[in-house]
Amino acid sequence: MGAPGLLVLLIFSYLPMFGVVIAFKDFRANLGIFNSQWIGLKNFEFLFRSPVLSRITTNTLTLNVLFIVSGLVASVGLALLLNEVRLKIATRAYQTVVFFPYFISWVIVGYFSFALLNADNGLINGFLTTLGQEPVAWYSSPQYWPWILMLTNIWKSVGYGSVIYLAGMLGINQEYYEAAMLDGANKVQQIRYITLPHLVPIMVIMTLLAIGRIFYADFGLFYYVTRDNSLLYSTTDVIDTYVYRALRVNADIGMAAAVGLYQSVVGFALVLISNWLVKRVDPERSLF
Amino acid sequence: MATTLQVKPISQQRRSWLSRNAGQLGLHAILITVSVLFLVPLLVVISASLTDEIALTRNGYGLLPSQLSFEAYQYILLDPTQILRSYGVTATVTAIGTIAALTVMSLLAYVLARQDFTWRRPFSFFVFFTMLFNGGLVPTYILITQYLKLRDTLWVLFLPYLVVPWFVFLLRTYFNTLPKEFIESAKIDGASEWRIYLNIVIPLSTPALATIGLFCILMFWNDWWLALLYINEPKLYPLQYLLYAILRNAEFLSSNSAATAMLTTVKVPLQTIRMAMAVIAIGPVAIAFLALQRYFVRGITLGGLKGE
Repeated sequence: MGAPGLLVLLIFSYLPMFGVVIAFKDFRANLGIFNSQWIGLKNFEFLFRSPVLSRITTNTLTLNVLFIVSGLVASVGLALLLNEVRLKIATRAYQTVVFFPYFISWVIVGYFSFALLNADNGLINGFLTTLGQEPVAWYSSPQYWPWILMLTNIWKSVGYGSVIYLAGMLGINQEYYEAAMLDGANKVQQIRYITLPHLVPIMVIMTLLAIGRIFYADFGLFYYVTRDNSLLYSTTDVIDTYVYRALRVNADIGMAAAVGLYQSVVGFALVLISNWLVKRVDPERSLF
Repeated sequence: MATTLQVKPISQQRRSWLSRNAGQLGLHAILITVSVLFLVPLLVVISASLTDEIALTRNGYGLLPSQLSFEAYQYILLDPTQILRSYGVTATVTAIGTIAALTVMSLLAYVLARQDFTWRRPFSFFVFFTMLFNGGLVPTYILITQYLKLRDTLWVLFLPYLVVPWFVFLLRTYFNTLPKEFIESAKIDGASEWRIYLNIVIPLSTPALATIGLFCILMFWNDWWLALLYINEPKLYPLQYLLYAILRNAEFLSSNSAATAMLTTVKVPLQTIRMAMAVIAIGPVAIAFLALQRYFVRGITLGGLKGE
């Protein structure tokens, strides 16, 4: 009964695992994987000598760290705000609005960001002009992009994130709050001393799980929102977009395979480490 | 005497209503601001799609159309072949993909949930390991294009996504909560494994299957990745990929060559057409998803808090 599912995984997940040998070959499409020549570590020698590797690794890590921290603050913050609203209809309305970007594909988000950011007639430059400021050529100014990507990422994912923390808040025993109010604690104190401490385990777990994925970037965000603009690569090119380009645009299969294997191996190690940490914090939440 | 006594408490009450609710009012002020900011990109795109092309170039994107015009939508309606086809491809892939994925994943999850199945642990690990390690893009790409020859087929748009390990484990967790007695008594009555799965497990699991099904629909509907890699033939462009193609190259707006010739010679509202396309693509689906939002919320809390 489970055979079809196992077969799908065998073909689409396990066969490619053996395909990592391509990284050690001079792959020629007409020869196939088996008949292409072994070239040992040549692809990696080339890779480690080029400046690309440090750029895409640094970008992937720093942007993901930025996303993890900002995402955590925004999700918890929004959940705290939503949790305090007394009018239930209002809570639902706000939640619907902040949740809606979750349903939008990155392609369409690319349209949204273009409408806001394009240099000639985008909304933001129009706004800057009205304020008497100089318009900014966003799509050729890499220095702004870590922040643009961070805000886009928050916009897209904070609805999802806040749901998790809201659910966590529902699990907190109301008696703590009643006791705190009797002692004259105000809202801020209640949040500081009751709500947040109760959410710490979830925060730790979510962060550790995210760290396990820190070597993988959200391809759609980096490809569509930046419009794959080469002027922005210095701050926006990440491992996933680089591998895609090496494979599809430059047809540099050796390089793409080498970077891909590098990502798989380091990524695997990071998942194991983060899982080991999760297990120490809360065995029930560890993956294995 | 009595009146003054009454007046004082009321005025105090009024003041205290404001001061008591100042926190709530501030809260709403913040959340309304956040909500408006969240909706701005959507509003800008909708308004651009309804703006006159020249006015859009001159006045820029705004929250409201600077000069109302339905020209972009009229242009699209002139030859909607490609859009309808892409909607069709996406709808087909989503329908087949979701049904197939639910079938395959629930069967697999059921097997893994059965405590009396000898290979339960190794098979669970087999599924699980794919969440930890993957071969990467290049081997997958070569396998699918060179060996499986799936490029430019409908198959490639859903086969690689049929088994999402995370969903399999969520289903397995759910199946584990079903009372064992049902299955055992059915077995004693001589029901086959398939019969137990079809007549007992599936009917008891509709809430879980519906939730996972929704996430599958979202996954297939919004996918552009598989098309980006494996589809070159415009006839097979799914909706999301068509949008991407249009942003890069306006030719895809029109499938018949006469209209394409017209596109290149006559001044065409390219900017507004693109925005109108985005609106058409978001429209009905986003509303459907929003209507089903609470099921997604339930699914997230299921995965976020009880996932194991």
